[in-house]
Amino acid sequence: MQSQTMAAEKLSPAAPPADAAIAIDDVTLRFVTPDGHMMTAIRDFTMTVARGEFACVVGPTGCGKSTTLNLVTGLLRPTTGNVRVMGNPVTDISRDIGFVFQADALFPWRSVLDNVAAGPLFRGTPKKEAYEKARDWIGRVGLSRFEKHYPHQLSGGMRKRAALAQTFINQPKILLMDEPFSALDMQTRTAMQDELLDLWSGLKSSVVFVTHDLEEAVALADKVYVLTAGPGTVKSVYHIDLPRPRVMSDIRYDPKFIEIAKVIWNDLREEVQLGQSRGLQASH
Amino acid sequence: MTAISPTDQAAARATSIVAAEAQARARLRKRHALVIGLRLAILVVFLGLWELCADYNIIDPFFFSSPSGIWEQIWSWITEGTSQGPLWLQIYVTLEETFLGFAIGAVGGIVAGIILGRNKLLADVFSIYIKIANSVPRVVLGSVFIIALGLGMASKVALAVVMVFFVVFANAFQGVREADRAMIANAQILGASPFQITRSVIIPSAMSWILASLHVSFGFALVGAVVGEFLGAKQGMGLLISTAQGAFNANGVFAAMIILAVMALVVEFIITRFENYVVKWRPAPFNEQGT
Ligand SMILES: Nc1ncnc2c1ncn2[C@@H]1O[C@H](COP(=O)(O)OP(=O)(O)O)[C@@H](O)[C@H]1O
Ligand SMILES: [Mg+2]
Repeated sequence: MQSQTMAAEKLSPAAPPADAAIAIDDVTLRFVTPDGHMMTAIRDFTMTVARGEFACVVGPTGCGKSTTLNLVTGLLRPTTGNVRVMGNPVTDISRDIGFVFQADALFPWRSVLDNVAAGPLFRGTPKKEAYEKARDWIGRVGLSRFEKHYPHQLSGGMRKRAALAQTFINQPKILLMDEPFSALDMQTRTAMQDELLDLWSGLKSSVVFVTHDLEEAVALADKVYVLTAGPGTVKSVYHIDLPRPRVMSDIRYDPKFIEIAKVIWNDLREEVQLGQSRGLQASH
Repeated sequence: MTAISPTDQAAARATSIVAAEAQARARLRKRHALVIGLRLAILVVFLGLWELCADYNIIDPFFFSSPSGIWEQIWSWITEGTSQGPLWLQIYVTLEETFLGFAIGAVGGIVAGIILGRNKLLADVFSIYIKIANSVPRVVLGSVFIIALGLGMASKVALAVVMVFFVVFANAFQGVREADRAMIANAQILGASPFQITRSVIIPSAMSWILASLHVSFGFALVGAVVGEFLGAKQGMGLLISTAQGAFNANGVFAAMIILAVMALVVEFIITRFENYVVKWRPAPFNEQGT
């Protein structure tokens, strides 16, 4: 069989099993635009993330990647279909979830220490314990010397480290990331990807990582979801069979990696082109 | 042959950097002195010209006063007191009204701004009434307050409150609306309750808007108090002005004006210090670095 020799095994989407960490089952979501029209953001969307699995989602801009993540957090509700997290229907913002944003979501008026301690403090951990925990996590991301600094005094990479510590301190069972590293330069991004895999291997959370960078997706993921141009639905799912632990700076030159990236790119290219031509039409 | 060791080179470079830094600092100091000197020069020239014009009757000192006349008036108020009692008492009364009005108006404006900024329905319902109330010329309310609340302190405080409230309210409301949505979502997912979000995200991010309005509105509170006194009072700087006006005493009007300006500047300075303390997390704006 061909899929045996190829590292990227194309899977057929199936109804999610009951014990999945995240199960999005045949979801359609429509927004009501300010002028009163309905606009479909995603349709007939099915996705499963097993416990401890690292899933990446790639797709053209505006296809509904951020919307998908917001369905898992509970900030958005599906129009039809249902979303379950750790087997339970999503009703409220779950304590099991951590979210790393694309833009800086650190609080600029709080020092690194106060930013990282925010989660436990919000959740009612006693002050002393929260700060001890925060110092520990700041150490793990290598920012100990900067705990008194304010975000504007840090570089972009350091701010991202602080954001990772802020999210990981809650030890989320579900980790959602929305293009978290897209604003970083190449070297910093590679370093942050290594950092992320390192933290993740310690926590064993289930991850949904959204990116528009296919190589990033292949390098990080166990499973890559390719979405169609908006309204988005799952076009295909690939199982990435690269051994772990992975080293980001080397994996790019791995022939197996290159082969997988090529196969998925062939799939994704059409959608990107479609998305772009639609974008051009819309702007005329 | 003499070899230059790398350590010698490094040492030489270090001394030259130190020298360059000292030079740059000296240049900055010189510029600072120049700015201060020019400011003083302009003040001296302005006062000098005014005095000369008054002396030679180019402008009539009866209407436009003169620096020496103003100074004599202030000095006599300080040493002999005013017709309504000691000068300090007048300043104290006006400041008390101003501060009370400022505090009540600011707190009310902040609270109302945050509540309406956080609640879309309330904002949509009340926005029309706030617009209407805001378009009433507020100084006119002074007469209403004097009729309703009498010649005492209450009417001045009330006028100062309405002067301050709308400015602070508008800014607090805007600040709440501008709060970054990603930051709010971040706090929510980290586990913050709605109250915690208001306290640790909404209020700090609206803070620079609120502080900006406090700067402006303290001046408004002072105007409110003085106008209130002007319309009818037993004490205060506004009464002092209106008495001087009644006696065609230009010196008195100018002198009171200058005392009010000094009061406003002192408080402005204190508010700026407070602001710098509260928002010390903010990067220094470029034009303030190096002074
Ligand atoms: N709150 C909203 N109201 C109306 N339309 C929205 C809203 N959020 C997103 N959309 C639309 O839904 C589509 C998907 O958006 P999004 O999930 O942000 O895309 P992506 O993250 O893949 O770039 C886009 O066309 C966007 O304009
Ligand atoms: Mg997005």
